[in-house]
Amino acid sequence: MAEMLRIENIHKTFNAGTINEKVALAGVNLTLEEGDFVTVIGGNGAGKSTTLNAVAGVWPVDSGKIYIGGDDVTNLSEYKRAKYLGRVFQDPMTGTAATMSILENMAIAARRGQKRGLSWGVTKAEQETYRELLATLDLGLEDRLTSKVGLLSGGQRQAITLLMASIQKPKLLLLDEHTAALDPKTAAKVLELSDRIIADNHLTAMMVTHNMKDAIAHGNRLIMMHEGKVILNISGEEKKRLTVEDLLHQFEKVSGEEFASDKALLS
Amino acid sequence: MAVLTSYFASLNPIALFRSMPGAFAQGMIWGLLALGVYITYKLLDFADLTVDGSFATGAAVAVMLIRGGMNPWLALIFAFLAGMLAGLITGLLHTALGIPGILAGILTQISLYSINLNIMGCSNQAVNVDKYNLIVSLRYLTDSTVAEIRLFITLILFCVVIIGLLYWYFGTEQGQAIRATGCNPQMARAQGINTNFHTVLALMISNGIFGLAGALYAQYQGAADVNMGRGAIVIGLAAVIIGEVLFGKLCAGKKISFAYTLLSVIAGAIIYYMVISVVLWLKFPSDDLKLFSAIVVALFLSIPYLKGKYAKKEVK
Repeated sequence: MAEMLRIENIHKTFNAGTINEKVALAGVNLTLEEGDFVTVIGGNGAGKSTTLNAVAGVWPVDSGKIYIGGDDVTNLSEYKRAKYLGRVFQDPMTGTAATMSILENMAIAARRGQKRGLSWGVTKAEQETYRELLATLDLGLEDRLTSKVGLLSGGQRQAITLLMASIQKPKLLLLDEHTAALDPKTAAKVLELSDRIIADNHLTAMMVTHNMKDAIAHGNRLIMMHEGKVILNISGEEKKRLTVEDLLHQFEKVSGEEFASDKALLS
Repeated sequence: MAVLTSYFASLNPIALFRSMPGAFAQGMIWGLLALGVYITYKLLDFADLTVDGSFATGAAVAVMLIRGGMNPWLALIFAFLAGMLAGLITGLLHTALGIPGILAGILTQISLYSINLNIMGCSNQAVNVDKYNLIVSLRYLTDSTVAEIRLFITLILFCVVIIGLLYWYFGTEQGQAIRATGCNPQMARAQGINTNFHTVLALMISNGIFGLAGALYAQYQGAADVNMGRGAIVIGLAAVIIGEVLFGKLCAGKKISFAYTLLSVIAGAIIYYMVISVVLWLKFPSDDLKLFSAIVVALFLSIPYLKGKYAKKEVK
């Protein structure tokens, strides 16, 4: 099994030297093997989304190294890193271009990491492929190829974003609380779809979630973050036996405080 | 009462009728400019004020080259390139130096004022239609019916060819990348699109079109003037908005709806100039035209906002 992601001691401080200084990442280390699906939990401000953004290259890290699929990407800009990654965001509006059609959104995703030249943006052959892919969602979107994505619901947009993220098999799929903005029923559907896409394409994935049950039920590994560090790293049989009570107990033991997110407990 | 009667008696319907071909021709030239405004304002979501300068730059370059003996068609290409260069500057000010878009456009526009004066050597340079074989000219409207028909065919061809080129370009991978950049830069970067590069590219294309429109307009009116671009953004926006309001519903959902939308921008410019002709015919003082245009654009721009506000009140 090949190593897909290696994060080596990354640090990030926002607004350094000002009154708003915030240490977001304080030495994060993580290695993912090919096919690993890790769920990331932690309280607000623990550094979950910040870690994903560091991997995606939204801004440069202060120190440390990031390797994806063996390549050092630490100094690559966000758009150059995109060829390694599939990304789905918390806000369903973020992952798609609202004024463009479903077809065009998918075609743009299919060209991730390729040079964009003067050939036609969507070929006839592609249309059929996308129609078949959309049909697997079972949302009736295969008949609305030319509809603008802005007309779709949040759940539909997240489903399309998932397809877009996986259409060019990424080395790493980043799911940043991608069901948090959806109603419970839709959230469950999108989670199920995520599982299926990850399994079918043998993807390596990181999923940030506020929901401890989801974090336990999905993936083969789980990490918990606190104050910019990974404080728990659970995998294999241990993860399968994990319960929410275990997690809370472990959290209190490691961090010395109570888990401070009602959202995680109640949902 | 007597004042009104004499006012209406002084209006000559034939004069209005005679002014329409000119309004049509002007509308088509400014329609080309409005296509550029559509690219930046609508597709890229970037209010590019460079146009007030690059329109005159295109005019200045073309007029000086024609006066120097260059073929007017060839001069158009150089006007296009000069406009692209202006767009490149605005784009780099914005993307490489982090200057806000509106300010970047204003900086380029102001600097172009000096550059345009340098190109022309003074504030105004004429190209006489009798001396040079101009592509379009005001004079063709009155010379002969053949010249008039040729003028309109030329202008229509310009509009059709440029709409065709834009329709093709914004359907290509590169054009889609520009549209994605304008619509959702975060999504664009996540899909591997270099948003800075495509922003600059779009600004170059639109300013190239501004330069081209300026070159045509200078030939049409027989001179390039350093002030000819003043308020061009307002006319361009007016055309885009009039086109959208009047024809938006007609364009939506069609198979080549983007081509129809571009066509509606040209139609918007023509309607704008027809309205201006009527307003002038009604003896509205021409000094106040820019005020009139600005008020029209402000009204149309505020409609969606006011509608939203009103709709919210109803929900309460």
